[in-house]
Amino acid sequence: MLSRRSVITVGALAAMPRFAIGQTAKIRIGVMLPFTGTYSSLGEMGINGLKLSLAQHGNKLGGRDVEIVTLDDESDPARAPSNATKLINGDNVDILIGTVHSGVAMGMVKVARETNTLLVIPNAGVAAATGPLCAPNVFRTSMTMWQPAFPMGKVAYDKGYRNVVSITWKYIAGEESIAGFKEGFEALGGKVIKEITVPFPDVEFQANLAEIAALKPDAVFTFFSGGGAVKFVKDYAAAGLKSSIPLLGSGFLTEGTLEAIGEPAEGILTTLHYADTLNLPANKKFRGEFKQAYGKLPDLFAVQGYDAGELLAVGLGAVKGDVNAKTELFASMERTVLDSPRGHLAFSASHNPVQDIYLRQVKKGQNEVLSVAAKAVSDPSRGCKMMPS
Amino acid sequence: MDPGFFLVQAFNGVQYGLILFLVASGLTLIFGIMGIINLAHGAFYMVGAYFAYWIAQATDSLPLAVIGSLAATAGLGFLIERWLIVRLYTRNHLDQVLLTYGLILVFNEMQRIVWGNDVHGVTVPQALAFSLRYGDSMAFPFYRVLLAGFCAVMALAMFLVIQKTRLGMRIRAGASNREMVAALGIDVRMLFATVFAAGAGLTGLAGALSSPLSSVFPNMGDAIIIISFVVVVIGGIGSVKGAFLGALLIGLADTFGRVLLPNFASFLVYAVMAGVLLWRPKGLFAGAGA
Repeated sequence: MLSRRSVITVGALAAMPRFAIGQTAKIRIGVMLPFTGTYSSLGEMGINGLKLSLAQHGNKLGGRDVEIVTLDDESDPARAPSNATKLINGDNVDILIGTVHSGVAMGMVKVARETNTLLVIPNAGVAAATGPLCAPNVFRTSMTMWQPAFPMGKVAYDKGYRNVVSITWKYIAGEESIAGFKEGFEALGGKVIKEITVPFPDVEFQANLAEIAALKPDAVFTFFSGGGAVKFVKDYAAAGLKSSIPLLGSGFLTEGTLEAIGEPAEGILTTLHYADTLNLPANKKFRGEFKQAYGKLPDLFAVQGYDAGELLAVGLGAVKGDVNAKTELFASMERTVLDSPRGHLAFSASHNPVQDIYLRQVKKGQNEVLSVAAKAVSDPSRGCKMMPS
Repeated sequence: MDPGFFLVQAFNGVQYGLILFLVASGLTLIFGIMGIINLAHGAFYMVGAYFAYWIAQATDSLPLAVIGSLAATAGLGFLIERWLIVRLYTRNHLDQVLLTYGLILVFNEMQRIVWGNDVHGVTVPQALAFSLRYGDSMAFPFYRVLLAGFCAVMALAMFLVIQKTRLGMRIRAGASNREMVAALGIDVRMLFATVFAAGAGLTGLAGALSSPLSSVFPNMGDAIIIISFVVVVIGGIGSVKGAFLGALLIGLADTFGRVLLPNFASFLVYAVMAGVLLWRPKGLFAGAGA
């Protein structure tokens, strides 16, 4: 007699071979990005970059078809672990990609470590993800906040600035960016005389601008992005500070904000691992193809999403699409060297990018590349056990 | 601290407070008179800023942008009151929160569809784009002075309307005792629609006026709604006078908090609110009528 239990068992067995074949099933990629809220344009650029890369590989990775499952993370750190878990357990994704917000990315890192799921971070710059919490299965195709800021220390020192005031939001990305600049600047003998922080995500800066005017530093180093960057740069100029105290920034200050800022942005120096105007064949090709596919020019966030796709293509190509050959997969990803739109891109032992940082200046509403501020910059990844000591 | 620096910060605080007042006055009227907790109030601020950006792009005129955006948000407020809010008067606060929170989501999504997710700016007209210098390195943008002056005039105008006109009398009466006003045969329906439209318009106006100073970006209304509720609670629900004092108090506390106690700046305004409520549990001007 056939009991209900045995029917279930038989059913499960019947399903088994499908999984055993494995290689013909689709590789499922779970993409967690902000598709609403302040960071939504970053999320949109990121996924379009990723999709462009996949499309160029015929929507196949290592010979297997790819299916993308998207989830709007709403930049809400509180829901990050449950969202990531839902993708892994509910949607059965093999690979996780995300995200923009550092707090959300940390939630994803936690889940990825617990489940040994491959995670590629296409933007969030929080140091811990490739620092104390680094893991064989966690990769990043963007940067740490430290990376673009550190070389600005030398740029500022070489310009003759000795006393600098820093200003940022009181949150982790801002504070890590300032720390990077401070490390580079003070190692040479400069001094950050005051570190001003503004509650996140406030955009009311008038009180702090008066403070800067009273301190009279040689220059101001800042980290702001999005709407806050637009407002800060405009207010800084309107307060009459721009002509007397030069404004320096981590490149996020002038990414996607120049049209909204207008004239007050002209002349500002920033350091970043990319610039729209970067005169490289890979960049020109990428920009043309992206424009053709989405009718809109790409930005840094699109590049980082694109490189996440390229990194997966190399890694999964090496294991012929077998996402369960993890040791080999992670090893080949770590060895990957890409001819990225941003230039030469390799990975450190902590799985963070090793890349050139460019010195850029805003000219006629564009970030013009002046020089390479520092070659092959690698984050120190302090606290990461995978780093060679 | 040198007195010049102190004075500049005081002016910064007052100017920030005046903008807050424009938003909070509408909120307190809607709350006090109609008994509606309007979480979507901040959304009107965002819509006002986006309309200003839109019109300024098309016509290259800031005054037109401000007037157009005032009219558009007031009109939108009127429609929403007639169409949606009107169903809430007999319901409890939880239903109101549900509907107005839903409106925030709808507004944000509409903004995404209509204007996209990019950050935009509105330029100050050339004639106003100069700064008043003081000290050797600092300047105060003239537009901020103008804005502060304009908000002060608006506050005075509101005071006159509320204290000296028949409409104002009804609004004050409505804030003190809604049922009695209705019982006396005053068209409460029209009064409510007017108040809601005016509140939405004032907030939209604040968004439009501050769009050249700040920038125009998604979810910009979310931050201002929280601080506006703080102002309303401090001032006493329904009191425009209270909202005025509350807004100035919060503007100054926030500004000086940032400079003097930067580590506590983010909760200083809430500490002020707690302090005021300990002293006067119903706010500064509770029950005094608008």
